[in-house]
Amino acid sequence: MKSLAELQAIREKTLNRINLRKEDASETIRVVVGMATCGIAAGARPVMLSFMEETEKRGLGNVTVSQTGCIGMCRLEPMVDVYLPGQEKVTYVHVKPEMVSRIVAEHIVNGRPVEEYTIGAAEK
Amino acid sequence: MRDLSLHILDLAQNSIRADATLVQLKIICDENGILSIIIEDDGCGMDEALLKRVMSPFATTRTTRKVGLGIPMMAENCRLAGGDLKIESTVGKGTVLTATMNTASIDCLPLGDIAGTVVTLVSANPEKPEFLLFCKTVKGETVFDTRQVREVLDGVPLNEPEIVSWMDASIREEIEPIFGGVVL
Repeated sequence: MKSLAELQAIREKTLNRINLRKEDASETIRVVVGMATCGIAAGARPVMLSFMEETEKRGLGNVTVSQTGCIGMCRLEPMVDVYLPGQEKVTYVHVKPEMVSRIVAEHIVNGRPVEEYTIGAAEK
Repeated sequence: MRDLSLHILDLAQNSIRADATLVQLKIICDENGILSIIIEDDGCGMDEALLKRVMSPFATTRTTRKVGLGIPMMAENCRLAGGDLKIESTVGKGTVLTATMNTASIDCLPLGDIAGTVVTLVSANPEKPEFLLFCKTVKGETVFDTRQVREVLDGVPLNEPEIVSWMDASIREEIEPIFGGVVL
């Protein structure tokens, strides 16, 4: 493994931020990526990695990126659910890595879902 | 699936669903160019009846749909590349899936982004299970173990963005000289 001393240093840096975040756990935004066989085959892994990169780049400590299984709409994969506190979830379909920065900027940061990427627009 | 790393990501989900505490991913290429991918877990295991059915695309433990394609697709890709897929399982003890293929075969899938797969698994499952990646070729071997990372982190979650970046870079750096020029 790469130097664990380096990891130790990173740990010290993150620690403060985590403690700050604990105080407002109700403000956590959740991004959930479908990661079953259908999702992975359709390209869910680069999408999930893009969400992690983008939130790190913007320093969005209140966003967690996680995964779920197949919810039965395999033809719409890769699918991503975004949960903002106190709001109904928004489901994005056929998500590509190049769509991620717009979803993060408009929806996660500014609270306005990107309508044209949502399941509502795709199923019209 | 486009490459083996995506198959590994997919099949490891079965171990996670089996409530494993440790999932070992072993990628070994011997001197004859035979590539083995072993996914070993200490999850709930499968009984004889399920083990017999599990190779069928119409076997799944899910109730939301009737197909389960992860294992049969990987098995097909192994056979196309002159190999096979075998599963051994004991209820309560765990499961060992062994996929083999000949890297000389034109149909052998490329390895793909192994670091990306491990990082995706760890960041989506930061608390449990532990993951161990073991890679070995004629050029050397390396181990990445989340238990070691967790020990250093001492309470800081493994899916913190900076930690994830560190793991990604760390795995990449370790495995590149081992697979470079040996496996596509």
